[in-house]
Amino acid sequence: MKLGILINEGPYQHQASDTALQYVKAALKKGHEIYRVFFYNDGVNNATRLATPPQDDRNITKEWASLAKDHGIDLVVCVAAAQRRGILDKGEAERNGKDSDNIEDGFRISGLGQLVEAGIQADRLITFGD
Amino acid sequence: MSEDGVVKKFMYVNRKSPYGTIYALESLEVVLITAAFDQDVSLTFTDDGVYQLMKGQQTEGIGMKNFSSTYSALGDYEINKIFIDKESLEERGLSLSDLQELVWEDEDEDYAEKSSINLVSRAELSEIMNNQDVVLSF
Amino acid sequence: MNMLHTINKSPFENSTMSSCIAMCSQDSSILFIEDGVISVMKSTKFSELIENALKEFKMYVLKPDLEARGLSLNNVIEGVEIVGYDEFVDLTTEHKTVQSWL
Repeated sequence: MKLGILINEGPYQHQASDTALQYVKAALKKGHEIYRVFFYNDGVNNATRLATPPQDDRNITKEWASLAKDHGIDLVVCVAAAQRRGILDKGEAERNGKDSDNIEDGFRISGLGQLVEAGIQADRLITFGD
Repeated sequence: MSEDGVVKKFMYVNRKSPYGTIYALESLEVVLITAAFDQDVSLTFTDDGVYQLMKGQQTEGIGMKNFSSTYSALGDYEINKIFIDKESLEERGLSLSDLQELVWEDEDEDYAEKSSINLVSRAELSEIMNNQDVVLSF
Repeated sequence: MNMLHTINKSPFENSTMSSCIAMCSQDSSILFIEDGVISVMKSTKFSELIENALKEFKMYVLKPDLEARGLSLNNVIEGVEIVGYDEFVDLTTEHKTVQSWL
């Protein structure tokens, strides 16, 4: 089946992103296709490459990025939610006159339409949040 | 509309009061985009979500933008299936008269103004939810 | 099957569980994850509610979340099925829609 994933909370503060990671790994192992992972609300904070968790802790952003790389998963960060919370790619940083960007490789910033599209195209849309 | 013309039934379940968290506002943003994709959109207000529709919200004192007027614009986006959980209202000592009136104009009846609000029991809501393709809870 | 409802909050924290049960239809299922797993433990003030609801719908609880919290599998209310992430995936595909009660 084609599965769409929505993540509405940031890393570490809530378990949502961890649960989603375990779910996605299990789904891939079973041969399902992950149509898209969409990050919304504080979920956009999963995409910052500047996070530096202690070495003995998991790095959630890196885990998403490497999973996406290995399985060709589309990781999409909502642009409006990202702008509010200071998550920027190079283009957004330039457009908004900011001195740097912070998005991790493998994530891309796009509109909310991408979430609706995931709802339309995927067989199931599963939300992880608080 | 999606490129291949698929129309799905999307229901947004609102369970939190506004301002304390951003969920109500950002849920509304998804709702409007979904309508722009010509999908079949409905909204449920249950639990503390019923407070999102309270009349007379004044946010100057908390320094936040008052977005309550956006709900009354939903009709313009052809979002006219608004379900309000009767028990959640009653538990909170509220009635429909405490909430904004939400209306839409029916093109087929010479733009007659009709109410978008349906006061429903939890049993009815359960049935309505079962008929959805995508359910999102904020 | 109808809907899969997921609950990730402790019933001691808020009313999510009772709202979900009130709106859950027959042929639907509830999966307890994260802090939601607290809901299905024996001898709490919510146990009776769960036991009654079990007569109407299927309930599942995510084992890794029980284990992480030191909650004994033996203390899970009888009739609630203990599952892993693999079954979590199966539950989402076997049901028509998934509602996460956030």
